[in-house]
Parts: sequence; C-alpha cells; structure tokens
Amino acid sequence: MHELSLSTLSTPVPATLSPVIQVEDAAIDLGGRTIWQKVRLAVQPGEFLAILGPNGAGKSTLLKAILGLLPLSAGTITVLGQPARRGNAAIGYVPQRRHFEADMRIRGRSIVRLGLDGGNWGLPLPFLQPHKAREASMRVQGAIDLVGAAAYADRPIGELSGGEQQRLLIAQALVTRPRILALDEPLDSLDLRNQQGVAGVIRQISRETGAAVLLVAHDVNPILPAVDRVVYVAHGQVAVGTPQEVITTETLSRLYNTPIEVLRASDGRIVVVGQAEEGID
Amino acid sequence: MLIAPADTDLSSWDVLANIQMLLHYHFMQNAYLAGTLVAVAAGVIGYFMVLRDQSFAGHSLANVGFAGATGAALLGIAPIVGLFLAGLLAAVGMQSLNIAARQNRQSDIAVGAVFTASLALGFLFIHLSTAEYAANVYNVLFGNVLGISDADVRVIAWSTLLLMSVFFFIARPLFFASIDPDVAAAHGVPVRVLSFGYLVLLALEVAVAVQVVGVLLIFALLVTPAAIAQYVTTRPAVSILIAIALALLFTWVGLAVGYVTPYPVGFFITTFAFATYVLVRVGRLVRGGTINWGHRHVGGNV
Repeated sequence: MHELSLSTLSTPVPATLSPVIQVEDAAIDLGGRTIWQKVRLAVQPGEFLAILGPNGAGKSTLLKAILGLLPLSAGTITVLGQPARRGNAAIGYVPQRRHFEADMRIRGRSIVRLGLDGGNWGLPLPFLQPHKAREASMRVQGAIDLVGAAAYADRPIGELSGGEQQRLLIAQALVTRPRILALDEPLDSLDLRNQQGVAGVIRQISRETGAAVLLVAHDVNPILPAVDRVVYVAHGQVAVGTPQEVITTETLSRLYNTPIEVLRASDGRIVVVGQAEEGID
Repeated sequence: MLIAPADTDLSSWDVLANIQMLLHYHFMQNAYLAGTLVAVAAGVIGYFMVLRDQSFAGHSLANVGFAGATGAALLGIAPIVGLFLAGLLAAVGMQSLNIAARQNRQSDIAVGAVFTASLALGFLFIHLSTAEYAANVYNVLFGNVLGISDADVRVIAWSTLLLMSVFFFIARPLFFASIDPDVAAAHGVPVRVLSFGYLVLLALEVAVAVQVVGVLLIFALLVTPAAIAQYVTTRPAVSILIAIALALLFTWVGLAVGYVTPYPVGFFITTFAFATYVLVRVGRLVRGGTINWGHRHVGGNV
C-alpha cells in the first residue's frame, strides 16, 4: 500500500472556524481487511462535501464511522467537540437507498415524524401537552415544506416514486434541524429528472439551513455546482481538496496507481476515463 | 361448546336486555372478559406483525405452541406455561435463524420446517397422553372460550396488563425499527433487542389467546384486524386503534352469535374477520378500478 499524503492538499476554507467534524489519522478494519487508514479531514460549518470513489472503497464506511455506527481501529473522530457516537441528534442521516415496499401503508408524514422522536421510549399523549404536540407537527411540516414534499406527504409512502420517497427521507433527517447532514448515495437509483430535483433540494437545504453536508455520490456532476470540497476514497486512501485539485488526471492516477484520465466538458461536467472499477461517472 | 340455554332469544332490539341475557351466566362473563383482554392486546401486537411482515412467523409461533401445550399436559404442567415456553423457544430459534440466513426465502423455509416438526411433536405427545386429554386437543387447536375459569381470567388479565405496559414503553422505537432499521439504529434504537423482545411478547399473547381462538384460528385475531386497519388508514396510531376495535368487534359478535346458535364461537370470530377482510379488499379493488378508468378517460380527451 502506498503512503501518499494526499489529505494535506490546501483547502479554501478559513481556518478561524472550529470544525464540526474532525477526523484524525482514522482507520477502519472490517473482517480483517483495512478499508482505509490515515484519514485526516476537518469539515467546517456549512461546508458541502462530496465523498467519491469506486464501489467498495469505503465511502459509506466513512459516513458510518462519523455517525458512530462503526468502531475505528485507529485514530479519532470528533463531532461537534465530542467523540462520534450513535444516536447523535446533531447529525441527520439518510442511509443508502432503500425502497419502501409498495404495500407499506404508512403516510409520509409519520415517517418524517420518526426523525424527530421515533427513537424515544414511551408514547406522547397529545392531550396532556397540546403545546408540545403542536410544535412537533409544525417542525414536521417545516421539514416537509423544505424538501417540497407537501403535496404527497399524507399519501402512503409505498405508493410514492423513488424521488418522492427520497425527499421525504431527507425531510426526516432534517426535522431535528441538524448541524450536519449525512447522505449516502441519495441520487442513486433515481431517474435523471429526479436526480436533478433531489440534488437541487440538497443544495437549497445546505444554503438555507447552514448545515454541513456530507454526500456520498457515484457521480459528482449533479451536485458539482454546490460542492466545496471532495473526499476521494480509493485503494485504502483518501484525498481531500476542491474538485479542481482532486479530480485531476494526476491525483487520481496516483490514488489508483494506474493511468486515469479526467476530461472536463465545456459545460463543466467531469468524466473520468480508464478506471478498472466504476468511478464517479 | 354446543350449549343451548333456554332464553337465547336475541331477536328483540332491546340492547340492554340482550346484554343482560348474554352476561347472565358466569361462563359468559368470563368469556367476554377474556375475549376483550385478548382482543385488545391482539390488535396492538397484530399491527406490528403486519408492519414487520411477520404474519407467517407469528402463525408458526402459535403452531409451535401446540407442541408446548400438549407436552405440558403430558408432564402435568398448565398448558399456558407450555405454550409460552414453546413460543419462547421458537422466538429464540427464529431470531437466530433470521440473523444467520439473510435471505427471506431461506428463513421462510426454516420457519416452515420448524413448525411442521413441532406439530409432529405435538401429535406424538397426544398419542402418549391419556385418552382423556387427547379429547381436549380440539381446545388447543380451536380454543375453548366458553370454558375459561376465574383463574384463567386472572392470568389473562395480568398478561394483558404486562403486554400493554411494555408496548406503551416500546411502541415508538419498535415502529421505527420495524419500518427503517438502519435509520432507527443510527438514532440509537436497539433494533435487535427490540426484534427479539417483540417475538417474546408475541409468544406471551399467543399463549393467552389460544384459550379464546386456539392455535389454528389465532390468525383471525392477530393478523386480520391489523391488515384491515392498514387498508383503511395510513396513520399509525389510528391504525392501531382500528385494529383493536375490529378485534373487539369480531370477538364480541362472535361470542354473541356463538351463544345463541349451536355452533362454535371460534368459527364465528374467524368468519366475521375473514368476511370483513374480503369486503375491504373487494371495496378497494372496485375503487382502484374506478380511478384507473378515470385516468384512461382523461387520456382519451388529450
């Protein structure tokens, strides 16, 4: 394994802000295999990060480590000044695409509500605390409005399209007004029109709520206008920097240890050529 | 269960008088009390069973109870204890199988294999037990709601109280874990503990419900009302309340009709549940057909 210090590329973010996420020399082993190691990363408030890389490189693993769902084998991850732990309400999480079964007859609004207090024990009794119940339903409505899902929030979620389900799941992650939004391939398995729609919603959320966004993506292009920095995971290593710095022929060839060509179309779209596995496009 | 009391005329519409007549005998009071308690818990548990896609697992768990009940009788223990222990064992088995075999078809086959084996075991236990108990096998299979003793009612009452308290505590995280285990885990919900805990609660409910509807007809109280409720509404809390209401309705009407006719109560509870289910499904089919028709019509205009 090559020891490339790619994670020290310069960043455009001012150093005066204290980072919301600090990853220091982190490594993860799964089933005796080192997924990645020596990962260093500082995420600033409001920053939009795209996590890219080939399948199986450990993009989702990085997200899960930040969520405290997987233990590190080395290093530390600090989220808002505290060690990463599961159940952190400051992080809104949308895991890799799941389709709700077509016969799932639960309205979208109830699914969004789970993000607010679905993990709490006991049942709320609305007639005892009408004020609290009203506030909760207003927050749910706010999150639904933010993703533009008001028109179908009361329909059974199983009957909705993939894009509509995805918007409601993002609303579920937003309902606690998290400072960090972690999205695992939110555009995967959506058709082109829905990809652009959901990408637009995510960009708008990052602007309006000021939440830091960590987005695992297969294809960087739909979100490229919003991306501040990319985290490129490949072959056990991680490169961090602006898209212009990281998605280059030189950096990717070093990361993959094989010749890679990066082409930029006139409209700004990026095409990566020559990868053995599936890459960002 | 073939009872024919003298004053079984329910044809008059004096509701109060009819209720007085229904509850005139002590065995009917016990039947209504036990039926009500079992139906309430069945509505709640059944809702989650349908939500978690575990209706087959639940039905099988009840069938495993058959071996438990007959085995208990052979050893001279109360059948309800045998039912619960067998259910508990089945819950442990299902939990570990579901975790090991991740494919749905595989776990379905495993569950089916276990429940057939346990039916065979129950068959052996009946063969080994006295002829007197062997005659009681119908009660285990189809329930004996008109033969419930005061002691039974007490056990059912305490079990129901326990079940409802636990559900009050775990309902929300269990709901979360049932529809979206990954996100629920990220929210700190102990998904696997809840999944096993749910099966244990199901085993307890099956153990008490068997006295009312038996292991073979338990589907009518657990699954059918909850399945109908999820057709009617998409609001979880409302859906649970409808499931409870339907389970109560089927039980109460089933008991009343069973009382005035010479036919068994379990038959009526199951048949009313089935008929309602068919009505709701046909109703949706007809409505869905109309909607499709409308679409085609709009398309024709364009």
